[in-house]
Amino acid sequence: MIKVQKQDFDVGAEIDALRAGNTAIGGIASFVGTVRDLAGDTPVTGMTLEHYPGMTERELDRIEQEANRRWPLEASLIIHRYGRLELGDRIVLVVTASAHRQAALESCAFLIDWLKTKAPFWKKEETRGGETWVDARDSDDAAAARWRKD
Amino acid sequence: MRLLYFAWLKTKMGRAEEEVDPPAEVTDVASLLEWLRGRGPVYAEALSDLSVVRVAVNQEYARLDAPVNKDDEVALFPPVTGG
Repeated sequence: MIKVQKQDFDVGAEIDALRAGNTAIGGIASFVGTVRDLAGDTPVTGMTLEHYPGMTERELDRIEQEANRRWPLEASLIIHRYGRLELGDRIVLVVTASAHRQAALESCAFLIDWLKTKAPFWKKEETRGGETWVDARDSDDAAAARWRKD
Repeated sequence: MRLLYFAWLKTKMGRAEEEVDPPAEVTDVASLLEWLRGRGPVYAEALSDLSVVRVAVNQEYARLDAPVNKDDEVALFPPVTGG
């Protein structure tokens, strides 16, 4: 399931809803991304997330389908917020559920790694010097590349 | 053709979207970008380094040789930074 939303989410409630009634699930993995107070060594006071409505949902849906092709998942969920966020706010939630832990843990890592390099979101950080668009990181490309199947 | 700009490309272009009517020689993403760069200094500057520009045609990532036509929605944006 994909949700692109402005409002916050309740991690526990989302996981409970995702697994409700499915007793084939034996392991659930989750990742929560939050707004950090440092960009390199520059203090950050908040951020705004922009996205491309329409394409965002298509890309997230495609990434989720790919995870389901690679791992035997019982359920999966991606929630990504947009708009203005304060320090410490939740940005993104990835949850994967499977019969066993390995599929859940691996697919959760895959989903967040791929999402970071494919889903059309852009962060603009607020610092004392003003607002700056965040540059893409080579380390994110490297993290995504380890899941590439050639 | 509808053009959409995101993140710093939107800031540099000074707009989020515009309607354009490219000439017949614009047949793919590469020729579209070349034509846009010739439209003025703002475009030329914003599109000076294509290594930091990503393109989507009708909401799908597109390479330089992907075809474009007048009914398409073409988005230009920097490498993504979500998550």
